Amino acid sequence: MSKVEFNKETGPREVFCGLTSIVWLHRRMPDAFFLVVGSRTCAHLIQSAAGVMIFAEPRFGTAILEEKDLAGLADAHEELDRVVNDLIARRPEIKTLFLVGSCPSEVIKLDLATVAEKLNKRFCGQVRFVNYSGSGIETTFTQGEDGALKALIPVMESSNEEKLLLVGTLANNVEDRFKKIFRNLGISNIESFPPRQSTELPKIGKNTKVLLTQPYLSDTVRDLKHRGCKIISAPFPLGIEGSTEWFLAAAKAFKISELKVHEIISPLIKRAKLALESHKEILKGKKLFLLPESQLEISLARFLHNECEMDLIEVGTPYLNKDLMKEEINLLPDNTKIVEGQHVEKQLDRVRKSNPDLVVCGMGLANPLEAEGISTKWSIEMVFSPIHGIDQAADLAGLFSKPLKRNQILTSKTLVTH
Amino acid sequence: MELTLWTYEGPPHVGAMRIASSMKDIHYVLHAPQGDTYADLLFTMIERRGQRPPVTYTTFQARDLGGDTAELVKKNIKEAVERFKPKTLLVGESCTAELIQDQPGALAKGMGFDMPIVNLELPAYSKKENWGASETFYQLTRTLLKEKVSYSEKISPLRWKEFGRRPKVNILGPSLLGFRCRDDVIEIQRILSEQGIDTNVVAPLGASPEDIERLIDAEINICLYPEIAEASCEWLKRNFGMEYTNTIPIGIKNTIEFINEVHKKLDLPLTNKKELENKSKLPWYSKSVDSNYLTGKRVFIFGDGTHAIAAAKIAKEELGFEVVGLGTYSREMAKQVRVTAKNLNLEALITNNYLEVEDAMKKAAPELVLGTQMERHSAKRLGIPCSVISTPMHVQDVPARYSPQMGWEGANVIFDDWVHPLMMGLEEHLIDMFKHDFEFVDGHQSHLGHTATKTDDILNSDEKKEKNSKEGIIWTESGRAELTKVPFFVRGKVKTNTEKYAILRGIPEISDETLYDAKAYFS
Repeated sequence: MSKVEFNKETGPREVFCGLTSIVWLHRRMPDAFFLVVGSRTCAHLIQSAAGVMIFAEPRFGTAILEEKDLAGLADAHEELDRVVNDLIARRPEIKTLFLVGSCPSEVIKLDLATVAEKLNKRFCGQVRFVNYSGSGIETTFTQGEDGALKALIPVMESSNEEKLLLVGTLANNVEDRFKKIFRNLGISNIESFPPRQSTELPKIGKNTKVLLTQPYLSDTVRDLKHRGCKIISAPFPLGIEGSTEWFLAAAKAFKISELKVHEIISPLIKRAKLALESHKEILKGKKLFLLPESQLEISLARFLHNECEMDLIEVGTPYLNKDLMKEEINLLPDNTKIVEGQHVEKQLDRVRKSNPDLVVCGMGLANPLEAEGISTKWSIEMVFSPIHGIDQAADLAGLFSKPLKRNQILTSKTLVTH
Repeated sequence: MELTLWTYEGPPHVGAMRIASSMKDIHYVLHAPQGDTYADLLFTMIERRGQRPPVTYTTFQARDLGGDTAELVKKNIKEAVERFKPKTLLVGESCTAELIQDQPGALAKGMGFDMPIVNLELPAYSKKENWGASETFYQLTRTLLKEKVSYSEKISPLRWKEFGRRPKVNILGPSLLGFRCRDDVIEIQRILSEQGIDTNVVAPLGASPEDIERLIDAEINICLYPEIAEASCEWLKRNFGMEYTNTIPIGIKNTIEFINEVHKKLDLPLTNKKELENKSKLPWYSKSVDSNYLTGKRVFIFGDGTHAIAAAKIAKEELGFEVVGLGTYSREMAKQVRVTAKNLNLEALITNNYLEVEDAMKKAAPELVLGTQMERHSAKRLGIPCSVISTPMHVQDVPARYSPQMGWEGANVIFDDWVHPLMMGLEEHLIDMFKHDFEFVDGHQSHLGHTATKTDDILNSDEKKEKNSKEGIIWTESGRAELTKVPFFVRGKVKTNTEKYAILRGIPEISDETLYDAKAYFS
């Protein structure tokens, strides 16, 4: 492991909770509905984080707890039953209903597992109910996906068939590209988790080789291991380097020669490097500060330093699973400062003091930093854009070069804001 | 438990944040888990604020719950006070913290600070955003002024005469994330100033705690947004005898009425009464022959209480529209909205469920929708022109240009904002009329895109249902052909009415003649 400096910080945070991941999960599985059992705050959070108004009836909603639900848990269970019945009657096309725990439902200890079990019996065959917690007292932003996937593992059937399982939500076009490349490598049995339809869950077993596409799936990985799956250790497929290592690791697990991998991906790498050039020109030598939010920060730091030659001031991460991040950390330059957790005020003090050229942060902080003359990139965009893989390396770099380009065009450093 | 797919209002602590963020030298310590920090983006993204809201979230986690969350609260309060040095501290909790009962307000008061501390108790499981904002502003006003109650004489609205100066008023209610508040304040101040009336304090928008303490230097209060300011105005009236205004100056008639009310309360002679009629272009624009096509337009209104009521009055009395639906999501204003609706022979729709609003909209078959951003989406789906008149806020509702809703300029803005979508509607009609001309380029799109309802769609979409319906009504060729000739914006209504008529008369097949029979019957 490279000589990376690890720090921990606690204090007030500025991050989303796990409920936010519903925004992309419900799009990934169009036959699933996500029902948050929570407060008006939860409902408001999801609609605000989604950033847009709803253009049609959405496939997520909140069963908002009211005074009377807090008074007696028995009544709350009954109430939830009623809400679910109404919902299923209204949306008969729903195949999987995720009951999503929230901060208040966790604090009052609403037992969603039991509720889900009862509902499964009643709606036997028609709808599958699973539960997980996306609460902010337990999960951060992307960790919500970890909870949702983990909840599906017990209902996945067993199979000893050899297969490559890509785990973590990907943009559909990226997923298709990956599958094509793996097929060219000679791996024919490839599945994705989460699947595009919630009813088409992959079968898993001791010959399932898991390749993670996202770095925030600690619990999912643990449970997949319990089911006998083999986890392929690799960096994450962000940038040319990460993606190359990722393909190589997968190939090795399937006993495919390195030569074959290089033969297939060399043209892609050549093309990607060419596309990356113009972004690198802008990013080279620029100072980067990553605030913790999406959990992609370490991989992004690795890409932006190793391939775009940016200087890393600080790499924040909401939490650190050193085991899962081992391959990534190995690729970081010496003396990289990783900070786990957050004290948002102290961290912003460090941002100002270090005079960065670019800060990766949440939407709540972006405009205030811009108003101070600091260019920003919102981290939420990383989870909505197709950024994985060799072909997307230049697009990924573009997300960071664009704010700097903007800054060059709109020269005035500090503006009067209203 | 209430199933909510989308909500018009946030939780009450977001209301408190609106007050804190609107003001200066205030800090709000909110006992809340990390996810609640999403609320910052409402201010930094929607309002494009260049400052973070003055809020510290304690961000307690599950592992803290076993231990001492009260200590965590105190640590955060201490740090926030040291760092931000507020002149007044607001302390409260969000939904989850309410369940743990750490009583952060009481904790803060026990920490020995010498600044005023407002303990906010905002019940998250029964109340909503606007109530939270109102309660916060009220508690803040009360905390900062309660000591002055005992030795203050009743404030006479006429005392400016004794003091030998121009009368002074406070403008209360404008806040961040309020609809066009920024510009309404400028417009109202301008109008008052023209009438020889000075503004003492605008609050909460832009006010500091010292400004709140100065509220009693004014003679009366202008209650600009009752949703936010009525509770405070009422308290100031009860304790200091300060009168407050009831008229909301949206639209020409209400602006004139508002000016009258202020003059009456201050006993200030109104010398330019005649001029007032001509301050806005709305009356003439509305009367000009070009606006002939506006008369009798069917309009559906939904929004917060204040803006919905005002819109109904302007629509009916100043533009000559027919109001065919009126409702609000503000339960606090339900009574007033019901009264307004009743006077229009309507039943008010009071709901927080946007799908119910969409259904009501569909049934009312309006030609124009005045609503929130959500109604804009619903109207778009139905192919009906829409103008936004109310919160919840969207980045589009914070325009770069001066764009008030109140006063003279507000009336100008309203005329343009409401009429332009209708002009587009007329364009739609023309496209429909001329589409068979050979010059007409196929594929010509109106602003409504593909969503504008076509006759075939109207017929086809219901066809399946019709076959199964027990009435079993059939549209004949001639009936269909006649229906296509009806302008698109009333086609749905004509179809419903004709079918209603057919059922009533037991007519199994609708021909072109049935259409005319029904038309005569319902006219």
